[in-house]
Amino acid sequence: MTLTATPATRRVLVRLGPLAVPLRVRSILVASVVVAVILVLGIVSLGVGTYVVAPDAVVRTLLGAGETMDRVVIVEWRLPRTLAAITLGALLAVAGALFQTVTRNPLASPDILGLSNGAFTGMLIALVLVSSSWQSLTVGALIGGVATAVVIWVLSYRGGIQGFRLIVIGIGVAAMLASFNTWMLLQIELETAMFASAWGTGTLNAVTAGSLGGALLCAAPFVLVATVLGPSLRQLDLGDDVAAASGARPNLVRGIALVVGVALVAAATSVAGPIAFVSLAAPQVARFVARTPHLSLGLSAVFGAVILLASDMVAQHLLPVALPVGVVTVSVGGAYLVLMIVLEIRRRA
Amino acid sequence: MTALTGVESPPARPPVRRSRRVAALSVVVAALIVAVALSLMIGANPLSPQVVWATLRGEGSTETTYIVIGLRIPRTVAGLVAGAALGVAGALTQAFTRNPLADPGILGVNAGAALAVALGVALLGLRDISALVWLALAGAFVVTIAVYLIGSSGRGAADPLRLTLAGVALGAVFSGITTGMTLSNPDAFDSMRSWNAGSLLGRGFDVIMPVLPFIAIGLALALLVGPAMNALALGDDVARAQGADVRRIRVAVIVSTTLLAGAATALVGPIAFVGLMIPHVVRWTFGVDQRTIIALSALLAPVLVLLSDVLGRVIIAPAEVPVGIVTAFVGAPVLIVLARRKRASAL
Repeated sequence: MTLTATPATRRVLVRLGPLAVPLRVRSILVASVVVAVILVLGIVSLGVGTYVVAPDAVVRTLLGAGETMDRVVIVEWRLPRTLAAITLGALLAVAGALFQTVTRNPLASPDILGLSNGAFTGMLIALVLVSSSWQSLTVGALIGGVATAVVIWVLSYRGGIQGFRLIVIGIGVAAMLASFNTWMLLQIELETAMFASAWGTGTLNAVTAGSLGGALLCAAPFVLVATVLGPSLRQLDLGDDVAAASGARPNLVRGIALVVGVALVAAATSVAGPIAFVSLAAPQVARFVARTPHLSLGLSAVFGAVILLASDMVAQHLLPVALPVGVVTVSVGGAYLVLMIVLEIRRRA
Repeated sequence: MTALTGVESPPARPPVRRSRRVAALSVVVAALIVAVALSLMIGANPLSPQVVWATLRGEGSTETTYIVIGLRIPRTVAGLVAGAALGVAGALTQAFTRNPLADPGILGVNAGAALAVALGVALLGLRDISALVWLALAGAFVVTIAVYLIGSSGRGAADPLRLTLAGVALGAVFSGITTGMTLSNPDAFDSMRSWNAGSLLGRGFDVIMPVLPFIAIGLALALLVGPAMNALALGDDVARAQGADVRRIRVAVIVSTTLLAGAATALVGPIAFVGLMIPHVVRWTFGVDQRTIIALSALLAPVLVLLSDVLGRVIIAPAEVPVGIVTAFVGAPVLIVLARRKRASAL
């Protein structure tokens, strides 16, 4: 790997074999800082709780030393949850960046396109018709989310996928599903409805090493595709004609990007329920902080990870009552966005 | 009016187009009349048109008078008023933010109303709809003003994209707090899940009258800024070149949207989708003139609300499905078919 600095554009060319990727210095710096924050937060999150472990003891335990009790608490109880927060946050954010790039709309998150509603519908149906076991809820949510994506896809396909039509049809389907969900919640008993609502908000309470591992294994090939797709997506920003002239195939790229986005959201939802706002906010926050001209998948991922990890720590430890992480992601994500808008206005003024 | 908008009306359209527009208007008005008639006739006790007409003239029995005058007229008026407000608020929001995804909810109105209602239920123990109306209205106003202040702080007028983001962001914060509060309070959760569905049930004139002035002012303001919205649709610079006072138009639109959506939400709860869908349908059917979109949205949105309410009364009779749940199932298929068939114009 060689680095070639070009100070005029503040970019470095990262060479890895035949691939040469130009990276902006600011992006690299921002990503490094965020990764460092994730590491610190991760170590703290592994140490806090009713059984408190000091940060140095956490690190020692992770490296294989440390006491047996520490290892049980940290590696077996808390590590899956912390890893879930980091990886699922990244998956959701990449999915959001893909959706927003394809539709060229900063509001086109999987939530708005109805996938979260569909997952919740599937979960509610499984809860009422099958059982409240964790597995049946997960399978229900997965089927619901993917089925919703397929329905939206089939309804919007007319010799290609056009961003605007996709969004409108997504909204229509999402509205129907949301109505159905509200109706279901009105029909079932209060206690069941509250349980379903907590899950429907998105929570990391039920994460196990097994469910997380399975989801990540499913997501891995799609993450790889997303990485390869990155440069072609950037060409789409120039407009279809220019992109086609420079050798890209806009409709194919868009189609693949949407499939990948759906798969990543489905994987995350299967573990933690429909966690809102990470996929909407993370790409925008990343672009704002790193000042990139386009939505960067890599930067979105690290920002998604840090947002979900921090939110889960707040949800678990800082609130008067422990609440589903989704409650916090919605609030924190929203607050970040408010702050960004205010900062941006200040900067321009 | 010219002082506010400062924009000349576009030249008169050819007579052929005009007759088509008159025909379109007649169809919409006819649909509205049919929807009102159905709303007065259909329910747990179906009444024939003759009986309804006799009752309206004061010649009905005690029972039909109670059903039509006491129950169905307030309900129908609530649907008309809330529908018109939501439709116009949606049309204004979409034109204003230049975002086809925008509905009044995107400016945080629903989230603010919901938080205020949740606070009233959880902290003050309020359950009565006539008390919650004022809370919802206050919540909607506070959020919209906050959204506007965030979106317009700094140099220059409020940028539509910034406003949209501010609305989404602040709305998310508020709905997060609402969810957190209700998830730890079963009583509040129970109240909120029925309020959230959106319903015309039990909205008597004691609830309708207080919100009526807000909606009337909002509608008047909307019709006033209509011509200016056409100029604004071409971009701020073009609008300014045409002599429009962009900043004043924006303030007028924000005030109008808040009054309309806030009052409608206070009256019937958060009925999503009506404000989003109706302006699209009008735009794709009758063209992109904002004056047409605003006026016809005011007439077409109540049709959707009333027909949905009628359907909700019969679909699982004797029980009822709240109107907010039916609107999506009635409206979404129409939206999807139109989005597939028409060359759906972005804005």
